[in-house]
Amino acid sequence: MSTPRAMRQSLALRLGSAGFLTFWCIVAAFPIVWIGVMSVKSPVDAFASNPLDVIMGPVTRAGGNGLSVIGIVLGLAVLYMSGRFAMRNLPQMVARFTQPGTVLLGWVIATLGFAVLFIVLFFAVLPVILSGLNAIAGPLGNPVLGLTTEHYQAVWVENAFYRNFVNSLIVTTGVVTVSLTVGTLAGYGLARSGSNLAFWLLILALIFRALPHSVLVAGYLPVFINSSEILRPVFGDAAPTLYGQPYAVIAVLVAINQPFTIWMLRSFFHNIPTELDEAARVDGCSHFQAFRRVIMPVMWPGVITTGLFSFLLGYNDFLVTSLLLDAQNQTMVPAIASYFNRETTTTDQVEAIAAAVSITAPLFLLVMVFQRQIVSGLTAGAVKG
Amino acid sequence: MKFKTFIAFVGPSLFMMVLFIAFPLVSVFTQSFYNKSQEFERVEVETCTPGFPTQTCVTEVKSRPVLDENGNVRTTTEFVGLQAYRDVLELDRAGAAVRAGSWSQLMTIDFWKALRFTLTFTLLTLPLVIGVGLAIALAVNNAVRSLRGPVIFISLLPFIITPVIGALSIRWLFIGDGILTAFLEWWLARDIAMFAQGWTIEVMMLLYRVWHVAPFAFVIFYAGLQTVNQDTLESAIIDGANRWQRLRYVIVPHLMPLIIFIALIHLMDCYRVFEEIVGFSSQAHVISLQWLTYDFLTPDDAGNRAISRASASAMLTMIGIVLLLILPLRRTWRDHKGAH
Repeated sequence: MSTPRAMRQSLALRLGSAGFLTFWCIVAAFPIVWIGVMSVKSPVDAFASNPLDVIMGPVTRAGGNGLSVIGIVLGLAVLYMSGRFAMRNLPQMVARFTQPGTVLLGWVIATLGFAVLFIVLFFAVLPVILSGLNAIAGPLGNPVLGLTTEHYQAVWVENAFYRNFVNSLIVTTGVVTVSLTVGTLAGYGLARSGSNLAFWLLILALIFRALPHSVLVAGYLPVFINSSEILRPVFGDAAPTLYGQPYAVIAVLVAINQPFTIWMLRSFFHNIPTELDEAARVDGCSHFQAFRRVIMPVMWPGVITTGLFSFLLGYNDFLVTSLLLDAQNQTMVPAIASYFNRETTTTDQVEAIAAAVSITAPLFLLVMVFQRQIVSGLTAGAVKG
Repeated sequence: MKFKTFIAFVGPSLFMMVLFIAFPLVSVFTQSFYNKSQEFERVEVETCTPGFPTQTCVTEVKSRPVLDENGNVRTTTEFVGLQAYRDVLELDRAGAAVRAGSWSQLMTIDFWKALRFTLTFTLLTLPLVIGVGLAIALAVNNAVRSLRGPVIFISLLPFIITPVIGALSIRWLFIGDGILTAFLEWWLARDIAMFAQGWTIEVMMLLYRVWHVAPFAFVIFYAGLQTVNQDTLESAIIDGANRWQRLRYVIVPHLMPLIIFIALIHLMDCYRVFEEIVGFSSQAHVISLQWLTYDFLTPDDAGNRAISRASASAMLTMIGIVLLLILPLRRTWRDHKGAH
């Protein structure tokens, strides 16, 4: 079938469109790819003004850290194979070893196991094999591409970045679970009620969504710092100081996230026909039973999508976590501020870059796995709501 | 649904929003009228140093903090009325600047500086985000089907990245003799320091924000483009409309609700511009309203937080967002009334 002549596009238009798209893709990916490249070079290379020096890393190579041609080929092969394994074999294995009820748990275990295996293989086994191979390979074994992981080691091992990672994990897990539990209930209630009250609640939520977070934090901070004195009449000497506690931050982030969550979940619940609830009600379910046994099982895509956005909010937040957490309980994103504020030497800067790449890597994986859900979540709010 | 069941479902969420959003707002409002300060007392201290033939004694009046029984500095909270607002707005200095007609003098006052940047930033990025988003959506819609998935994947990266990290990654491209600065210097054949003056930092922030938000606009426009009525498009072709006219009179009107939606979300998000200031470390040149509150809230060298002034600036920020949102919200209200 050929396109009608009126719809056919001139060569200039097609070229222009394709050119613009290529340009956009380069602009979109370049800064992220570039910090990835910079993070594995020695400071002199990372901030070299010649882009070729940054990519090839002559100083890093001279320092004895480099990849040979064999190394590059082998590394790419391992990357490709593990990617293939994760896409093809892992889902089958999960399906084989899990009962229907425990699929989620199976996936968590499988992902963790895969990550550990990959890290061991890539960072422990591969270098050993490579050093042996390079020694016997002659000219092919000479390093051509400067590459070093020393900044990652400095960040994760010496500066104990894993502690911030664990804190981030606690905060984001808490935020996602609580805001989904509270949000699904509210979203369902709002979607199934056509009353004026529901409309006003939604408008109120919209106004709350627009509030700058610093306004709210200005309200929490004095209360949180003095909370042990304020709560003493109620709890006695066990009254906690909420300032610096991850669970207090979880509660704050859940509340800040709530307006957005209920709007999004409401629009997902709207797509589920009311006949489904009515059928369940006729069969003798209460409203809550209908929600739990009939609606929730078909709601999973919406819940996963909303969970992703809650995750992003908890993970990406800088303002709330940096003001309400003290140094010991800092999550990753505010912790990076201490790196680039220190910035006395260029080594510090490259370490900051390595930390930044470490923070971005999970997000990158997230987009890879959940691209479709993210797109559907973005459009759910706009096109239907 | 009965009212009781409705409350049972919505209750927990409502409780959290009241406790953590509505209640803090009230407390910020009251805080802004009170000032908590450390108590000082003035005491006469006689210090003597050994001398000849008699020791020399000096009596001076010193002020020292009053300690309570635990050894902490005693603080008092007093009602100061609108003093905190006056401290933030600095109306007399601003008034003097306006009377003198001196823009640069007005821009030395933090609040007005922050307001100027926040508003220009919001209003400048808005058309750029919508334009770039629409252009990408049209280009992707025009591309081969198999390319669309990868392009969407790459486009989502700037959107999903942590804002502070995103700003930092742009900053590292320009800082010192970063490669893009080096490229610009080679291209324009002159020395460039991107972080030495305010306007270059603002341009970078603008570019960063468009880079960060355009994917969001793109995804939504792209979804909207899939539902364009093909019959209308065909009849436009029969009527002899060229490509530009089809875009102008068929596609854009179809996307209008989405454009309004994106504009609304963008107004809200852009008004709280904050991460850029942190990422580009631009506080010496450029600050935003939310950063002003943040700055009051972070402890100064003596460990004190200016809670009262922070509350005042928070309240002023909030008034700003209400003013900004009144028009779109009135529209929603009219739509709701029209629907019933």
